Amino acid sequence: MYKFRQWSVTHARKLEGFYRNFEPILIRLHPIFKLLGYGRLEKPVRLFEKAVKGLMFDCQMCGKCALSSTGMSCPMNCPKSIRNGPCGGVRLNGHCEVKPEMRCVWVEAWRGSQQMRDSQAIQQVQIPVNHLLKDSSSWLRVVRHEFAAHESEIAK
Amino acid sequence: MIAPFEPYPGSPLPQKEGHVSLGRFERVLRSGKFAVTAELAPPDSASAEDVYVRARMFDGYVDGMNATDGSGAHCHMSSVAMCALLTSVGYSPVLQISCRDKNRIAIQGDVLGAGAMGVSNILCLSGDGVQVGDHPEAKPVFDLDSMSLLETIRIMRDESRFLSGRPISSPPLMFLGAAENPSAPPFDMRPYRLAKKIAAGAQFIQTQYVFDVEHLRQFMAKSRDLGLLEKCFVLPGVGPLASARTALWIRNNVPGIYIPDEIIQRLEAAREPKLEGRKICVELIQQIREIEGVSGVHVMAYRQEEAVGEIIQQSGVLDGRIPWYPGCEVQSNSA
Repeated sequence: MYKFRQWSVTHARKLEGFYRNFEPILIRLHPIFKLLGYGRLEKPVRLFEKAVKGLMFDCQMCGKCALSSTGMSCPMNCPKSIRNGPCGGVRLNGHCEVKPEMRCVWVEAWRGSQQMRDSQAIQQVQIPVNHLLKDSSSWLRVVRHEFAAHESEIAK
Repeated sequence: MIAPFEPYPGSPLPQKEGHVSLGRFERVLRSGKFAVTAELAPPDSASAEDVYVRARMFDGYVDGMNATDGSGAHCHMSSVAMCALLTSVGYSPVLQISCRDKNRIAIQGDVLGAGAMGVSNILCLSGDGVQVGDHPEAKPVFDLDSMSLLETIRIMRDESRFLSGRPISSPPLMFLGAAENPSAPPFDMRPYRLAKKIAAGAQFIQTQYVFDVEHLRQFMAKSRDLGLLEKCFVLPGVGPLASARTALWIRNNVPGIYIPDEIIQRLEAAREPKLEGRKICVELIQQIREIEGVSGVHVMAYRQEEAVGEIIQQSGVLDGRIPWYPGCEVQSNSA
């Protein structure tokens, strides 16, 4: 929802803090996820993730969540799906050139990012979206990926 | 003062040290000369001659001409084809690629094809939305964005591979450009976005129309502070306005173009608004040239292409230099 989406940007710093605490918890749950099977978990987690992030960010389930680098403003809501915005067509009132009733996703991203502790994250160049990941859980992927990275560090 | 004789038009120039491309445009910029580029409107026809007629209008005034890629989301002759026609007679076109109409498979193929045709410069754009064009019912692609497009071509050039990792046996030697708009919000972010584009591979920047020089000054000052101007060449965009009515229409209907009231008032008060528009353009070029770090100008004279030569000449930015054009050697020899 548009209202919630704007709330999320306004409270980008709090959400950033929440994500920071939430991620290690999820990663610690890895053994349980593994026991239950990631394949079996994919559907319920995806539905839950979609409901929560859909409400808060108008998440499009691209599968490659970039919210922490985009000031908690989901770039997939940009009509040009620009992952490294804003484009040059932003109106003087900060609204989108394609959808004049909507604030530019990237004007919002800049607003959100400037409140975040990691205000530099928005400077990273985002690689193109992998369309194979569409409609999959980004949370589960992060957990698996982070755990693998964690394990390989221990192995060293 | 004419560029030295070249082997034959359309053949690649010898590679110079520190240059990424074999093209003339990069040479002009790296030699520190004030460069001039112009936008070449593609014809709505399948005629090569239509392209050459338009290109000839700029002969002797520009170092590069941009072949637009479905600008304003309108259908025209493709930019790759226009560039192929232009390079075959020796011009140094800037191939514009917009992410709106093609996915990464098509775009990478076009880049190789353009390289094979002798294209040395690419301007990477996200592109206008389809809704502003003549086919608003079309499917917008936007598989890449301007930033990832830059990075993609940089990878192809520097790492000789496609995004997929498959090797490229002969990489496309492209001088890479990007757009920026100092007159669009969020103003604070614009210089940082320039930094991001440079990180992604941008070596030159052609901006959206600048009518408010103060916006540009601030943008350039901040970019200089960030150390960006040593890493890329900036060519601000300019163009003549035909009348106060056109200016108002553009201001109200084309997002991203900001025209201050003073300019509209000047056009309103003028007896011959078209001439006044060109005069304003000349003045803008002269003011822009004075800004530290500006490497040239990009002239977009939509439906006034015939005025480009006169505008450039009156602005005096070429300092008597005559950019190369097909046949210029013959003229200089007989002179």
